[in-house]
Amino acid sequence: MDKVTRLASEKGVVLFSKSSCCLCYAVTILFQELGVTPTIHEIDQDPEGREMEKALMRLGCNAPVPAIFVGGRLVGSMNEVMSLHLSGGLVPLLKPYQTVLN
Amino acid sequence: MDFPSTQFVSSQTMATYEPIHQIGMWGENFKSISNPNISASVIVDVVNKLENESETTSHEMLASSSKHDQEASKPFDKIQRRLAQNREAARKSRLRKKAYVQQLENSRLKLIQLEQELERSRQQQGLYVGGGLDTGHLGISGAVNSGIAAFELGYERWMEERNKQICELRSALNAQISDIELRILVESGMSHYFELFRMKSSVAKADVFYVMSGKWKTSAERFFSWIGGFRPSELLKVLVPQIDPLTDQQILDVCNLKQSCQQAEDALSQGMEKLRETVSATLASDQMGQGIYVPQVAMAMEKLEALVRFVNQADHLRQQTLQQMSYILTTRQAARGLLALGEYIQRLQALSTLWANHPRKPA
Repeated sequence: MDKVTRLASEKGVVLFSKSSCCLCYAVTILFQELGVTPTIHEIDQDPEGREMEKALMRLGCNAPVPAIFVGGRLVGSMNEVMSLHLSGGLVPLLKPYQTVLN
Repeated sequence: MDFPSTQFVSSQTMATYEPIHQIGMWGENFKSISNPNISASVIVDVVNKLENESETTSHEMLASSSKHDQEASKPFDKIQRRLAQNREAARKSRLRKKAYVQQLENSRLKLIQLEQELERSRQQQGLYVGGGLDTGHLGISGAVNSGIAAFELGYERWMEERNKQICELRSALNAQISDIELRILVESGMSHYFELFRMKSSVAKADVFYVMSGKWKTSAERFFSWIGGFRPSELLKVLVPQIDPLTDQQILDVCNLKQSCQQAEDALSQGMEKLRETVSATLASDQMGQGIYVPQVAMAMEKLEALVRFVNQADHLRQQTLQQMSYILTTRQAARGLLALGEYIQRLQALSTLWANHPRKPA
């Protein structure tokens, strides 16, 4: 629990992923398109991976990955990111962290 | 099931052990067994038993040879040769066993496929297969087929309801009814689409490839398929021209929606492409020429699980697109939009029927 909370509260956009997860890959593509480079933590390559997975589920994610945090706050999984983006709320949220301005 | 057990016992009592003859025996006997009900594990057990017996027999030989240690070297050489022959025979036996088991697993896979095809074609003809051969794997395909059958029935009803709603919308817009009444029609139209996404999510759990194929739709609809349904950006292209005039704010909002929709679509498309690459790479990894039953197939299956998530994401995107449009538009505009969408799909369906019936040029 601690590791996830600690990593999630890092500044910027944090993505918990798995190296084999293609949906996580889709999230990174979307962020790339929006000019954001998230900090990616591949939990399947972390020795504490299992604990991190459980911790993410406990935080309310339906599936442990992809899990997106912005400025320390949980945005959610792909569902939430997409809803937020279509409603126009994602870009303002990401604005402080855009490295390449569109 | 008959095994050469009695024959085996008699050869054990023989002083000399003839391993090559032994292999010939079990191979021939297994070939004569035509009952596909024998699971590979049973056969492997028997083969293992035979193997172990052959190894213990060679140990017995070693024990008996030590008694004759004091004799001349000639019989000792004979015994050494015999031991080497044993080892060689045992090795060949193991290789043959491996090949045979792989062949069995291949046949088992083929059998499962054939049974599934049979089940599917019988279901289509309205018959139901009772019992059957190995109810284990038929049970799974039976559940899948009932999930699909339930969906197809549900979709038929859904289409009827949707066509009814289109007529209602048309007459409502022509009759100039109040906004409140129109709102009710718009809301039921929207929830009707959301109902379809729920149905699709349910059948995707049973058979995601069914949803990907779009089999329940007409051919022209399938032509435009993207991850099991319409492209949301395509939806917007159809809707927007039909709901003029738009205010400046609305034009801006629709423009932003189009852009975010396109971006989300691109991300999902690239994710899908990555999934295809991953499955393909997994299947092709390691040496080929080892038959179809290899661990790669099982590994690829794990990766394919992700497809269900993609299908659900695509439907979620479609739902969100419709939802956002309903927020941007007025009630009247939304009603016109839903009517336009409904009629567009009806035209696609008419196109499919027309195409299916149009006279072909002779070959």
